[in-house]
Amino acid sequence: MIFLTVGSQVPFDRLSRSVDAWAARNPQAEVFGQIGRTAWRPAAMQWAELLSADEYVELLKRARVIVAHAGMGTVISAAEHGKPLIVMPRRADLGEHRNDHQEFTAKWLMTRSGISVVHGEDELWQLLDKAGTLVPPGGLGSESCERMVTVLREFIFEGVKPFR
Amino acid sequence: MMDNGSKRPRILAVASGGGHWMQLMRLRDALLGGDMAFVATHFPDYRKSIPPGARFYLVTDANKKDWLRGALLICELFWIILRERPDVVISTGAAPGYFALRFGRLLGARTVWVDSIANVGRMSLSGRLARRYADLWLTQWEHLARPEGPHYIGAVL
Repeated sequence: MIFLTVGSQVPFDRLSRSVDAWAARNPQAEVFGQIGRTAWRPAAMQWAELLSADEYVELLKRARVIVAHAGMGTVISAAEHGKPLIVMPRRADLGEHRNDHQEFTAKWLMTRSGISVVHGEDELWQLLDKAGTLVPPGGLGSESCERMVTVLREFIFEGVKPFR
Repeated sequence: MMDNGSKRPRILAVASGGGHWMQLMRLRDALLGGDMAFVATHFPDYRKSIPPGARFYLVTDANKKDWLRGALLICELFWIILRERPDVVISTGAAPGYFALRFGRLLGARTVWVDSIANVGRMSLSGRLARRYADLWLTQWEHLARPEGPHYIGAVL
């Protein structure tokens, strides 16, 4: 299954429409889209405006590939569940976000394995056509996270500040 | 506050729903052993993902464009801080975390701001505002770290 998710904050119809159009051309593929609160309605894929956290995890587990905006929630989810991820950054000039920070995030994500960054429908369709060959993301960088946890514990439980 | 070592510190951990919350959950091992309360937006069922025994509050989501919701959020957080009386407030953003740090500091809590890893180019707006109220003011990007802060101690990814 292809699982599209645009996050809980604002819809991202440009991405949702592209995925739905691909679903219309590939009726054999199972596609589910979480599309946000929007007036537009998908024609081909299954969809929901919002998902509960439980439903979200259930779809993550079932997904073969995740398609998303360049939001950190999805990036972490995909890594934790070992699912290949295709992201399309939101663009502020199209009114898709308050600022272009997703473009910056996307530039960094491009350097990570298992994550593909696309900017338009053609690129997205090319990747969806070969969804079965996409590889899952590498590790979560747990060493860096563990170091962070250690320093935070020292601050929280012993009042030790790592800096002056 | 720190010399009564036998007492578990009261910790208030705050994050908006979505990516901020998932980053807070990546850091939850840092809180284990404390007397924990969590604050989130959007998703009531986050309650199920917090450690056993921890308290959970859902607050209104707000951004700088929406004054009414902002006012509601401020009231909710102030009430939570009065009720919880935390020793430590930690947040991964965004707006609710800023207010939580601010009110927490006012009542004597030690405070931690962890700016979202999504902010690769510069600190977030709420992160920049939180600077004055954060004892630990952290970025998850080494290239954004400065001697006077924000500091870098690692990243959740």
